[in-house]
Amino acid sequence: MTATVQRLQHVEAPTPRHRSTVGLGLGALVLLGVLAVVMFVSITIGARGVGLHTIWTAFTDYDPSSAEQTVIRELRVPRTLLGLLVGAGLGLAGALLQGVTRNPLADPGIMGINMGAAAGIVVAVMLFDGISQSTSVWVGFAGAGVATVVVYGVASFGREGATPVKLALAGAAVSASLYSVTTGVTMSDLQALNELRFWQVGSLSGRYLPVLSQTWPFLVAGIAVALLMGRSLNGLALGDDLAVALGQRVRLTRVVVFVTVALLGGAATAACGPIVFVGLVVPHIARALCGPDYRWILPYTFLLSPIILLCADVLGRVLVSPSELQVGVVLGVVGAPAFILLVRRKDLAQL
Amino acid sequence: MSIVETPLRRAVRAQRRAHRARTTTITLVLVAVTFALFVGTMMIGSYVLSPWEVIGSAFRLTDDPSVDFIVLDLRLPTAATALGSGLALGVAGLVFQRLLANPLASPDFVGISGGASLFAVSAILFTGWGAVTTSAMALLGALLASIAIYLLAWRGGITGYRFILVGIGLSQLFTALTGYVIARADLNDAREAMTWLVGSVGSAGPFELRTLLVAVAVLLPVAFVLSRRLGALELGDDAASALGVRVERSRLGLLALSVVLVALATAAAGPLSFVALIAGPIAVRLVGNAASLPAAAFVGAIIVLTADLVAQHALPVALPTGVVTGAVGAPYLIWLLATVNREGRGG
Repeated sequence: MTATVQRLQHVEAPTPRHRSTVGLGLGALVLLGVLAVVMFVSITIGARGVGLHTIWTAFTDYDPSSAEQTVIRELRVPRTLLGLLVGAGLGLAGALLQGVTRNPLADPGIMGINMGAAAGIVVAVMLFDGISQSTSVWVGFAGAGVATVVVYGVASFGREGATPVKLALAGAAVSASLYSVTTGVTMSDLQALNELRFWQVGSLSGRYLPVLSQTWPFLVAGIAVALLMGRSLNGLALGDDLAVALGQRVRLTRVVVFVTVALLGGAATAACGPIVFVGLVVPHIARALCGPDYRWILPYTFLLSPIILLCADVLGRVLVSPSELQVGVVLGVVGAPAFILLVRRKDLAQL
Repeated sequence: MSIVETPLRRAVRAQRRAHRARTTTITLVLVAVTFALFVGTMMIGSYVLSPWEVIGSAFRLTDDPSVDFIVLDLRLPTAATALGSGLALGVAGLVFQRLLANPLASPDFVGISGGASLFAVSAILFTGWGAVTTSAMALLGALLASIAIYLLAWRGGITGYRFILVGIGLSQLFTALTGYVIARADLNDAREAMTWLVGSVGSAGPFELRTLLVAVAVLLPVAFVLSRRLGALELGDDAASALGVRVERSRLGLLALSVVLVALATAAAGPLSFVALIAGPIAVRLVGNAASLPAAAFVGAIIVLTADLVAQHALPVALPTGVVTGAVGAPYLIWLLATVNREGRGG
């Protein structure tokens, strides 16, 4: 009898791990610290080593004749900020998509949204000579928006809605067609091809300052909206019926989320080219850290994504120094195993 | 108890016979169209030939040096590449789609072409040993990619679901690496590599072409013979083993066969997008599932031959074949996605 009671106590279902608000807040602070360190490393590491002092004086007491200070102001800091914004944008776009589609494999890269933006930009650049960077951002949004609507719309036909396989296949298929359009268009112009081949792998290198100055407002706006979506995504996670019963405007939430995703995906792609896997993997890490509450998943994703993107960028610079490995390539190599692990997991997170 | 000839039995038999006759007719029509296009692409060009001149020269019936030069040296390699790669891609695509039970699971998307592309592009950019290496590497890449996908998706068996998703993940990896290789290269090499990546039937060397044609001649009949097992596998693993089919072995054999076909077609013509995807569903629509493999082969050939005609002659600038298949494939794809998902077969 006692033995039975003891056994019963043993098999008692484990209570869901409760994560206290204080703990999660502290965790976020730690991540913030890590992010600061990574940003510092990203600014200091490179072909030309610089110290903290140089960074400080580059902004307080700028000396244009100093090569080191110019490198910092013109290259390293803009590059790091770009990595911060693009990483956060892509990660949040992935988290939003996973929340709104309730699909663990939704990601702006896998779904072809980034490729849509890329195709839009390439076609616009090729067809209308001398298009400005600021216009190309808008074309990127349009491409990303169209790709989002097509992929999600097509994948969600049918009884069971947008299942992971349908979504991934629709994304892969649409990406493939966009890729062939993009390549076909660029074949005719050697110069464009030369520029495109760097941009198309996804990289933070190039003209940082103009790119940053043209895309940051969109990225910041998108990130801000994304961070505010936590409550709505929590509602959607309960299912549409329950969310409606709780007084949520489900349709409005969907529209806002998809617009935000197109904004983030388009701007990030316009800045760095199509980068995959950040939006897919990081929200899962965040979910593992802080549980299913989107009010925490979103800020954690916001902090984790730039950490990973910047680490990949630094890694790419260090590995093959003095040349560099594009960040998209590093992320592709690191992200593919993560994606496969995710697919192989028996209990692919139910969202 | 003897079998009684009931009206129902008679009706069923008549129905079956009509279906078989229809299938045969349609397949024969497809063969005829393929042949007509094959001859047609060799007629058109800066010097137009008559069909009889082309047939006479291509099949060595007549002996006219000037016609022979145009047909045998200039136009036949391209036409034969288009024919061979179309046949191979059509069959391979349909085998994949039926094995993985998903009309969208063509080798283009699940990483096979991606692996072939990565290896071939690396060969173009780093070795400079010419076309033979490129094809051999494309073959190697496709084989390695498919082995990797098979092993990574293995967990006490293969499900279409895991195979597709692992394949998509790997194909993203291959895309990233291919992009990196191209970005590193010298501009002219990069251009050559990107041309190869779009896919063109005009670029095959004699070696790849011969390999492709031999493989098609050997493997296509094998595929047609194995298509009965494919039908059994489609009933589900349990039903198939109850019918006496060795499930994993048949699946592995069929996959290997289509991977080799895709790899050789890719080696000869580059990764022609969408042919493998489109040919299967069209063939199934025409003749139904049971007899669809031969039909898919010829639909594939018709698609590539037509795309080649359009790419070379109908457009103001001559484009690589892959641009045309890509542009035609995209809208069809959207429509296909929409219909299969509405019917609940999308996965």
